[in-house]
Amino acid sequence: MPSYTTSEFKKGLKVQIDGDPYLMLECNFVKPGKGNALYKCKLRNLIRGTVLERTFKGGDSLEAADVSEIQAQYLYRQGEMFVFMDNNTYEQYELTADQVGDAWKYLKEGTVCSMILFNNNPISVTPPNHVVLRVEYCEPAVRGNTATNLTKPVKLETGAEIIVPAFVEMGDMIKIDTRSDEYLERVKE
Amino acid sequence: MPASGLPHDWPPAASWEMLRLRARLLQQVRAFFDARGFLEVETPLLSAEVAIDRHLDPFEVRPVRGGHPAGERLWLQTSPEFHMKRLMAAGGEAIFQIAHVFRQAEYGALHNPEFTMVEWYRRGDGLPQAMDLTDELCQTILGTAPAVRRSYAEAWQAAVGLDLHQADAADLAACARAHGISVGPEFEAADRDTWLHLLFAELVQPALAAAAPDRAAAVIVSHFPASQAALAEVAGEPPVAERFELFVNGIELANGYNELRSAAVLRQRNQQQNDHRHAAGKPRLPDPPWLLAAMEAGLPPCAGVALGFDRLVMLAAGASSLAEVLAFPAPRS
Repeated sequence: MPSYTTSEFKKGLKVQIDGDPYLMLECNFVKPGKGNALYKCKLRNLIRGTVLERTFKGGDSLEAADVSEIQAQYLYRQGEMFVFMDNNTYEQYELTADQVGDAWKYLKEGTVCSMILFNNNPISVTPPNHVVLRVEYCEPAVRGNTATNLTKPVKLETGAEIIVPAFVEMGDMIKIDTRSDEYLERVKE
Repeated sequence: MPASGLPHDWPPAASWEMLRLRARLLQQVRAFFDARGFLEVETPLLSAEVAIDRHLDPFEVRPVRGGHPAGERLWLQTSPEFHMKRLMAAGGEAIFQIAHVFRQAEYGALHNPEFTMVEWYRRGDGLPQAMDLTDELCQTILGTAPAVRRSYAEAWQAAVGLDLHQADAADLAACARAHGISVGPEFEAADRDTWLHLLFAELVQPALAAAAPDRAAAVIVSHFPASQAALAEVAGEPPVAERFELFVNGIELANGYNELRSAAVLRQRNQQQNDHRHAAGKPRLPDPPWLLAAMEAGLPPCAGVALGFDRLVMLAAGASSLAEVLAFPAPRS
């Protein structure tokens, strides 16, 4: 891979440190009038999500990271592995439950996710902001109760549990914001 | 974005209110020096001589035609220092200049590759007089309280708590680690001065902002390590550079010297700086024959100070980046 020297450092650069891919979040140029240039950087580890603060001197370099984003649809789960397929190349990728993280809650067959590849290996997957899923099981709706502040837990077709208004019934299709885990609305099929 | 696909950032970055403040401050700076008998001068921005500093990268200009000596390389000046010293050697008493200067690859909240420098020299001044005048300028223009004064060693001791004169590069690296300052593997091989700059920026400068009794006060740090003398005299035991910097809110605003007068010492320092440049893969720069000739003819005892005018405007306006006070900062210049 090519490398970047400090004069090329900028927000958004993808680089490698100790073998991990990082996204440069910030790069601040600091220089005494009679001294060497310093570049104070904040970098996010794209695998672990942790943020590293590191200072470089003018002329230092970082290796570029081969990081790309693809659209991949979820196919199925096989034990601890989640299997996805690149919609353009039909190439299949397997992620561990650890790599998938909380995204499993919103994965049903055919869901198109954005997937980050590092050296052509998947490192993370993000479901669409909004998904529509069927309510697999819940306690019956409370008849005649129209209060909107009553809520209850329901089990989705993916096996995940979320909190919804009390009027939601079994078999309803509901729209969920995957970033906040919040119920948005009922959807007519 | 205009339909033509032309850039949308053609208007100035600074507001008209800011540009009016800039204009007022330019007038106030001129009035300050005029009232003290300084003569305003203008010297070339483009020259066959340029400061030789391991950390300054001048813009080289070529090809060269007309007027300048044939075959010369020319540079945009990183400060008007050389020509102003030639004026001092030729009988200058007290001179000041407001000049645009140029430094490659310096861009950030407090840097722009082209910026405005106020620089002045006065015959007979030493470091104390230069510090007094710079402090007075800040009090007059920014309304700061009289500057808190610290030697580099004192400021260092208070912020870092390590014996400056005993510490070598390995001690300084350990100190950075102990303070949780993370650097890359290439940095680990840095020399002593590079570690000093890192620790100064990370630990001493933030402490200077806190050292002033209130935020509107200035701090003067003087007597830098001899290895950071640039073109200042070195004196004392242990030897230190007769150089000071003035900080406001922890931001470096001005840098002054009791000026080095020996042509022979200047040649040695240029050689050292060029060796550092060469080791870092940067081109060597030629010795400046006109400046050396002027110094051999005799530079009078004098002090010189350079002050970043854009930073002065920024501090006066309470702005946090130079882009707010420049009509057209580098990305849209």
